[in-house]
Amino acid sequence: MTILDAHLPVLPVVVPMLIAPLVIMLRPRGLAWAAATATSSMAFLIAMALAAGALDGEAQRYALGAWAAPYGIELSVDSFGALLLLILTGASTLALLAGKASLDQQLEADRQPLFLSAWLLVLAGLSGILISADAFNIFVFMEISSLASYILVAGGPDRRAMPAVFKYLIMGTIGATFYLIGIGLVYMMTGTLNLTDIQVRIQDVSDLRPILVAAGFITVGLGLKAAVFPLHVWLPNAYNFAPHAATVFLAACATKVSLYILLSFDFVVFQQNLIGHEMQFAAFLMPLAVLGILAASAVALFEPNIKRMLAFSSVAQIGYILLGASMVSLLGMTASLMHMFNHALAKGALFMAVMCLAMRFPSLELDALAGAAKRMPWTMGAFVVGGLSLIGIPGTAGFTSKWYLITASMEFGGAGWLLVAVIVLGSLMAVAYIWRVVEVTCFRQPETGPVEVSEAPRLMLTVTWLVALANVYFGLSPWLQTRLAEGGARMLLGEMP
Amino acid sequence: MNLLGLYNYWVFAVLLMIGFYAVVAKTNLVKKLMGLSLFQAAVFLLYITMGKITGGTAPILQKGVSDAVFSNPLPQVLILTAIVVGISTTALGLGIVVRIQEEYGSIDEKDIQEIDRR
Amino acid sequence: MSAQTTILLALCVPLIGAALIGLAGRVSPNLREAATLSTSLLLIAVVWSLLPDIFAGLRPAVTLSEVLPGISIAFQVEPLGMMFAALASGLWLVNSIYSIGYMRGNREQHQTRFYVMFAVSLAATMGIALAGNLFTLFLFYEMLTLSTYPLVAHKGDPATVRSARVYLGVLIFASIALLLPAIVWTYLVAGTGDFTPGGILAGHIDGPLIGLLLALFVFGAAKAAVMPMHRWLPSAMVAPTPVSALLHAVAVVKAGVFVIMKVIVYIFGVDFLFAAPSSGWLTFAAAFTIIAASLVALRQQNLKRLLAYSTIGQLSYIVLATATLKPLAEVGAAIHMVAHAFGKITLFFAAGAIYTASKKTELGQLHGIGRRMPVTMTAFTIGALSMIGVPPTGGFVSKWFILAGAFQADNYVVLATIILSTALNAAYFLPIIYLAWFGRDRTPPGKEHGEAPFAAVLALAVTAFLTLAFFFFNQPLIELESQLVRGAVAGPEAL
Repeated sequence: MTILDAHLPVLPVVVPMLIAPLVIMLRPRGLAWAAATATSSMAFLIAMALAAGALDGEAQRYALGAWAAPYGIELSVDSFGALLLLILTGASTLALLAGKASLDQQLEADRQPLFLSAWLLVLAGLSGILISADAFNIFVFMEISSLASYILVAGGPDRRAMPAVFKYLIMGTIGATFYLIGIGLVYMMTGTLNLTDIQVRIQDVSDLRPILVAAGFITVGLGLKAAVFPLHVWLPNAYNFAPHAATVFLAACATKVSLYILLSFDFVVFQQNLIGHEMQFAAFLMPLAVLGILAASAVALFEPNIKRMLAFSSVAQIGYILLGASMVSLLGMTASLMHMFNHALAKGALFMAVMCLAMRFPSLELDALAGAAKRMPWTMGAFVVGGLSLIGIPGTAGFTSKWYLITASMEFGGAGWLLVAVIVLGSLMAVAYIWRVVEVTCFRQPETGPVEVSEAPRLMLTVTWLVALANVYFGLSPWLQTRLAEGGARMLLGEMP
Repeated sequence: MNLLGLYNYWVFAVLLMIGFYAVVAKTNLVKKLMGLSLFQAAVFLLYITMGKITGGTAPILQKGVSDAVFSNPLPQVLILTAIVVGISTTALGLGIVVRIQEEYGSIDEKDIQEIDRR
Repeated sequence: MSAQTTILLALCVPLIGAALIGLAGRVSPNLREAATLSTSLLLIAVVWSLLPDIFAGLRPAVTLSEVLPGISIAFQVEPLGMMFAALASGLWLVNSIYSIGYMRGNREQHQTRFYVMFAVSLAATMGIALAGNLFTLFLFYEMLTLSTYPLVAHKGDPATVRSARVYLGVLIFASIALLLPAIVWTYLVAGTGDFTPGGILAGHIDGPLIGLLLALFVFGAAKAAVMPMHRWLPSAMVAPTPVSALLHAVAVVKAGVFVIMKVIVYIFGVDFLFAAPSSGWLTFAAAFTIIAASLVALRQQNLKRLLAYSTIGQLSYIVLATATLKPLAEVGAAIHMVAHAFGKITLFFAAGAIYTASKKTELGQLHGIGRRMPVTMTAFTIGALSMIGVPPTGGFVSKWFILAGAFQADNYVVLATIILSTALNAAYFLPIIYLAWFGRDRTPPGKEHGEAPFAAVLALAVTAFLTLAFFFFNQPLIELESQLVRGAVAGPEAL
């Protein structure tokens, strides 16, 4: 096992990347899916091993090709990265497990191997971002994952997926290019691309303008990719028209990985070294976070399509994550990281429930789903549980991060009370748009005549409920996300772990 | 400050903005992609420029020569990677445009929005 | 069996019972009814077995798990919670008997769902009653809101769903916007949320912030229906009457005032709050609610809505008494929880019985009904007299204590409010009673009716009897609640 252990950090990328081209060749029905799911599960196990290592406290380092840093490309897995790796690989595995029937419904059989190959590339790319400790390496993996995710989104059966993915492509590429400019400027000033090395060398040049410009470019570029308000416009349509299984996967982790880089750069690389940067960070991102929460929730209130409504809700939740980070305190940062995990659980359950609904209902407009609970009671039950977690009812995962967020806001002093009001208002709007769905599906009479119970396929339903119950488990016993989040927060804020 | 010496960076900035303007303001999808390519090309210029050392030569080791001043090879390598990424993106983008043409019969953003509204 | 196990059983029994009721419902209605009754009997046995310990002065506690650092799910039994749990479990049995009569008599739909959610709501109530800290209290408080929603929206027609939306909306709004920040704030300044005799906030918060925090708690606990957080109560009247009886006598409303009482006694501390000038507004808010609710009740024509507004007023009696911050009044507040429960459940049972037997809902239809439904109307009369506070009903006992406490505190606002509201209560209840017994029966021919189904009548007879009995046999309860103030209030005031 020692060989495996020694190379563990690089495996999350290597395994999916090697299998991705092989999957294309698997033509027999279902074989491609089986291979993709098996790969994803392997990645999940590897992520768990890495997380176990991270819980012990040490960041695991690895030099690619045995070339030592700072000349070689270095990988590093710390608490924050491990937390997100778990979310990523877990979301991928569960989405694939649950999504078999949905993929069969939405994709033609001969396109599935290509689609699943792209899925594995997204997995490899996002994993690569999370383990990289080299700025340009992050860019490469970011583009690998982005290009592959454009393919995922374009797989949707609705023709409106095409304009949606085009806009996603344009905005994503601009974002990545901004990031590229940023790290170019950083390289120009410090002469290195290794994150730890940059942290050291940037202190000499931290008050020169190119560094400030670089910080700006990187923040905006990653903000585009992370769907920070008002750069979020690509997200609702992309999530809405993608195949349902792909939406489950992307909604759970894609934007969060971009937030990972954003927070890592802004806190680890820049924060402690830039004069006045702390003030800029909070002053700049906090209003955007607040606007994101309020505006996106408000739009979700009036959106008639369930999938699109949940997509807008995701934009609001990204606002919550940024709000916690922008408070620049241990509690706020912990809340932010915890919310990444909790939101993945909640949104995963919700989008999986929508996937189940889509198996039996041709349209996901709210009016077309009247009385759906009579036909699919278990599905709507899972939806309610996920919804309660999204709202932040105690006993669910979403509550734990809300609690920390409110506490952090109160500790913030001054404008903190306004932030409490914003958080609360966001939760109340979530109550409104979730309960709208509950009312229509549970109490309105279905359009067509008599109703028999016709649930989603058993595997899909089981996995959906697994995720829904995970919300409750991690709500009553949030040890995993609390420890990893706190470790990550300490690392980001520069305190000793 | 040597303004003329910073000529490359001025070009970079101008190209960047032209490309960005094309992406944002043009409604024809292919023109948007052209703008995107221009945008990315500007970044290539930035990287290559920063790699050039005054008096430096191509970074190739030669037998017998031990005190040559080389330009930095690393940005050139980085930019090769970025060029590949750019090409892939453009190719993918054009593929999507072809599909849009098949589905909508037009590659103008305004037309597409009009058709979707109906 | 240790007390710790008993506490956990008090939660598990209704939850497991809910599952069993659901399963039994697929087999046969009789099996399901048997499951409900046996679950409630078992719950009484479990909960009431804790009484001897509490009387002896013990306070058994058990901690389940730590959710977040410093925040755990923990239970602790003390006199107020013990009383609430015993009241809820005992009345659940009676309510279940009544429900059988009502639901079958009205041929209601979805009866299994009804009984299952009832059991879940009782589990949540037990959780609230036995909570040992603010977080646990909040957890089960929200669970109660969610588990009663299907009960309120039971009928499923658009008007009911709209009213249920108001119900949920007001309660969730108050709990997320006001109660949650209050709880987080408390944990932040005091470092803990454990219920401690004498309170935990002394020294951590002062000045107008005390009043603000108190306001967040009082209005956040919207189940106590202090105006303006009262709109949900009349809206909840669309529920079947057993639900209204449970909501308005046993679980939901008492949970609200329970939260306020626990917070005042165990988080703020009675003495601490008494010394804080910014807390004085509570008396006026409660007094206003009492008077306003009574005035609105005067104008109601629908019987259940009238009872709803009467409840809003009665709940604020409890808040008013608690706000007096004197031992006699605190005991009075606790006792009023029981006295009101007995009286109001009787009134609602009667209203439901009238509806089941005759489909009558408006006051104008009730003339002369006493002659058709003598048992029901006798019970109604007893309940109404208890609301007014006339001996020999239970309501008199609690009013006596509250008045004594008000005298003790020289609180003339409280005195005036109680006197005025008693008059108003009489003004809207007495005409109903008079016309029911002596009015001209206007039932159109062909719509004659007699008494309600036997189970319903039995239940309301039992609760009416309890209302009367409470006047005579209240010593154990008074003794129990005196422990509350002895432990919680320092000072030489003798009881």
